[in-house]
Amino acid sequence: MSTVVLLLITGLGLGALYFLVASGLSLIYGLMGVLNFAHGSFLTIGAFIGWEVARRLSDGSWWALAAAMITGALVGALVAAATEFFLIRRLYNRHIEQVLVTVGLALASVALFEGIWGTDPTYVTSPSWLGQTTEILGARIPNNRFMLIVVAVLVLVAIVLFLKFTRYGLIIRAGVENRLMVTALGIDVRRAFTLVFAIGGAAAGLGGVLASIYYGYVSAHIGGSLLIFAFIVTVIGGLGSLAGAAIASVLVAVLQQFANFYLGGTGDLAVVLALAAVLLLRPRGLLGAKA
Amino acid sequence: MSTNSSTNLSSNILTVRNLYGRIEGQQVVEDVSFDVPDTGVTALLGRNGVGKTSTIKSILGLIDRTGEVTLGGRRVDRLPTHKVVQLGVGYVPEDREVFGKLTVAENLKLAERSAKPNRALVEKLFPDLVQRQAQLAGTLSGGQQQMVSLARALLNQNRLLLVDEPTKGLSPKIVGEVAQALLIAARTVPILLVEQNLQVIRQLADRVVVLSGGRVVFTGEASELLDHPERIQRFLGVHSGSGQADAAVPA
Repeated sequence: MSTVVLLLITGLGLGALYFLVASGLSLIYGLMGVLNFAHGSFLTIGAFIGWEVARRLSDGSWWALAAAMITGALVGALVAAATEFFLIRRLYNRHIEQVLVTVGLALASVALFEGIWGTDPTYVTSPSWLGQTTEILGARIPNNRFMLIVVAVLVLVAIVLFLKFTRYGLIIRAGVENRLMVTALGIDVRRAFTLVFAIGGAAAGLGGVLASIYYGYVSAHIGGSLLIFAFIVTVIGGLGSLAGAAIASVLVAVLQQFANFYLGGTGDLAVVLALAAVLLLRPRGLLGAKA
Repeated sequence: MSTNSSTNLSSNILTVRNLYGRIEGQQVVEDVSFDVPDTGVTALLGRNGVGKTSTIKSILGLIDRTGEVTLGGRRVDRLPTHKVVQLGVGYVPEDREVFGKLTVAENLKLAERSAKPNRALVEKLFPDLVQRQAQLAGTLSGGQQQMVSLARALLNQNRLLLVDEPTKGLSPKIVGEVAQALLIAARTVPILLVEQNLQVIRQLADRVVVLSGGRVVFTGEASELLDHPERIQRFLGVHSGSGQADAAVPA
């Protein structure tokens, strides 16, 4: 029983990380049809600069962690918005070029990060409570999992409220359905594009800081490795569906944890098989729009 | 062939000159020129597939286009779609294109371009929509969706309405209601109307522009076409009393 609880809550924590990356990917694809392979770079730079700020303030304090999270989110948002404005905007409806540019940016940014921060992992110091455990039904759960879950839920609620109750949220929801018709109502949908990139980048940057706590370090490759699973989550959840991304994040991460424990470390294989099954049986994903 | 209508630029809200439109490299509008006067309804007619919808989309910039499009004396052919619309163009697309996952209220709110939208007119014309504010537009019937689509255009103070096949696929009763709404709207705003239903055209159109093969082949007063069965047969491919022309439209 305690093992199941441990795997479940750890899976939820990992799912929270996947969601922070996948939410932006899903919104960006849903509104703009852009498969953004550079999304992991927003996560990595958010993590690096977030922890740089934390280190200079007060290593290991809650105050420094909060500063790191805010900085990570801001940096992720800025870099993402700049990417949309300077690179992607000229390439809408040119999918091959989009893939080439975003893949190129991802590769170049990893080289840039390694040039600045080195190729070795940079270990982070977080508040001591996060390194401790709490016992639930006999399972000793690392405390940082709780924080990951709480932050991801808060991000999900914030995005849902934004989409539901703001003018731009309305434009984004409409744009996900029919972008051209939004412009035909006299709305400059390009502003919404930049905003969605910024929101996705903020979630990724925040996710980068939290991923560093989860893994205990930050490296130039942390965004790329999470991006692979975030893409899988996005496809399984249904491209363009925020709720689908949230559900699929949990399902994929929990499946991964259970398979790793009970099936001899086959978590990644199980996730890929789940992806294949979804593509074969329900190609639009769990909550994706019909083609 | 009559080509003498609406050549006085000062009385035209829209002038189209040598308009070409392309979709994925395919020429769908070819050297189209016509005018839309600043009052009444101008019907853009032609057989299926001649480029009527593409002409409307070219005017709005929804597809690649070249040529000259002037709205109220101002060139708009180099403006992006949203800026053309912001200059006072309402668009009712073919197949309605309501946002199915948004409520009726959200569809209308999204379309509001000014702080003072004309909700009173919309509520008067489409009282059914008032009752269905909270309903998802995707769950509405085709006729109700058409009302949402029309309402989105009528909410704003427009200088021109582009209305593309508003009665397509609707029951005769709803066709009548849609035609009635357009008749009321036409009292205050000029309309460029794409329509297949001859009876609706007879009821609404003051002037006609006929396309064939992506080109204009006839322009004139509506009666110059509609009172001549042989022209209807030649240009539209239907008998004047046949097909969709039989749909009931209240006078």
